[in-house]
Amino acid sequence: MSAPLGKDLLGLEQLTAEQITLVLDTAVPLKEISERTIKKVPTLRGATIVNLFFEASTRTRISFEFAEKRMSADTVNVGAAGSSVSKGETLVDTARNLEAMRIDMVVIRHPASGAAQFLAERIESNVINAGDGTHEHPTQGLLDLLTLRDHFGTIAGKKVCLCGDVLHSRVARSNIWGLSKLGAEVAVCGPRSLLPNAIEDMGVRVFDRIEAAIEWADALNVLRLQLERMHAGYIPSLREYNRVFGVTRERLERAPRDVLILHPGPMNRGVEIDSDVADGPHSVILNQVTNGVAIRMAVLYLLSGNSPQLAEAAKGAA
Amino acid sequence: MPNSSSIVLSARALERTVTRMADEILERNDGTDGLVLVGIQRRGVQIAERIAARIESSEGVRVPLGALDITLYRDDLQTVGPRPVVGKTLIPIALDGRNVVIVDDVLFTGRTIRAALDELADFGRPARVGLAVLIDRGGRELPIQPDVVGTHVEAPHGARVDVFVKELDGKDEVVLTSGGTA
Repeated sequence: MSAPLGKDLLGLEQLTAEQITLVLDTAVPLKEISERTIKKVPTLRGATIVNLFFEASTRTRISFEFAEKRMSADTVNVGAAGSSVSKGETLVDTARNLEAMRIDMVVIRHPASGAAQFLAERIESNVINAGDGTHEHPTQGLLDLLTLRDHFGTIAGKKVCLCGDVLHSRVARSNIWGLSKLGAEVAVCGPRSLLPNAIEDMGVRVFDRIEAAIEWADALNVLRLQLERMHAGYIPSLREYNRVFGVTRERLERAPRDVLILHPGPMNRGVEIDSDVADGPHSVILNQVTNGVAIRMAVLYLLSGNSPQLAEAAKGAA
Repeated sequence: MPNSSSIVLSARALERTVTRMADEILERNDGTDGLVLVGIQRRGVQIAERIAARIESSEGVRVPLGALDITLYRDDLQTVGPRPVVGKTLIPIALDGRNVVIVDDVLFTGRTIRAALDELADFGRPARVGLAVLIDRGGRELPIQPDVVGTHVEAPHGARVDVFVKELDGKDEVVLTSGGTA
């Protein structure tokens, strides 16, 4: 028996390789459900899930919502705008009020690093981190791992380079933890102004030139340049960034092997990635999106067993 | 430990039993037209494969074969401990208007079959659904009865009936183990 996940999913840093593998292995058979005419299983019938999104999101929020609905949970979406958060209610008060309405799980996206953990320590419901500041985005890390494993058959020994805005990227951090734990070789590549200080201490290799990274890697995970988080002059201009660090077809054609291309989205086409790469034969960007629903279904399934309320409710009904 | 084991079916007896089950399925269905076999994960799948192989050798027709994992349809998910492992479900064709035969290794409480019927309904509306099991050990907790039975075993509630198949276990055998703590 594999180790269960625990009450919450806050980041990949806290998980063991066995726990990560359990999520990936659980997600594989769940993919089939989304291919059915009736895309629904009764597994989470009666569970109530709140999606608390304090930050803009299309893909992640919709992906979680599909996952929840395909598992038959009841879901409510709460955004910062139009809720009591805009009246100054604190995060904990919001969550406690939701708990008073008898919910089972909270999926939270928040601009502050550590918000998910802060919440998880204060409420009884399962908490799933859907991205907290520049800290972690564990379900994105897991779906990237599944996409790589689908393609290569294994993660161990593969060379994966995270390219671009590593500094602001919670996706990068979740990837570095997850890939290292499963035995991949990990590198980062970007302008020094967009790499965190002492990134080498996380056990990753650093490439200053994208050409060198492409020559080394089996796969590139191209990160989005997070322009909305850049309040200082991190790069001279978008055009110059594309010229020096852009993942272009010309650069990939010089690689000694086919390089798999991932991108967590949304893409800045023509900045960190060119259109003919994003839409090219080695791109698995849409596979990532498909896998995202299965990964989130797996996480919901695995965490739901660890909710005392659900077990109590079931006993009461029996 | 006061456990005592006895062999219910040897390898050769298991083969003969599967052969008879295949013939009975053909008889009930009046041939292979519209017939679909759906095995329940895990060992029901191997039993279904053998029934299909037997039908192919006697009728010369390969009947469609599916696999059903009922984990996500279980009625005890909210009370059991760590989440059970989810297996693969594969229904290769539309089931509307077909004669589906669910195949499982051991029929006990009937709860697995209840879950399987729910899951099958999500794949379409078969003309008829039947149930074929290698072992019927009694002890039903739901109003579910098999149409084709390999063999009946009188097994008290605390006993175990283990079906071993070559593909997964390296040998073909059915063993009844009684005693232990009920």
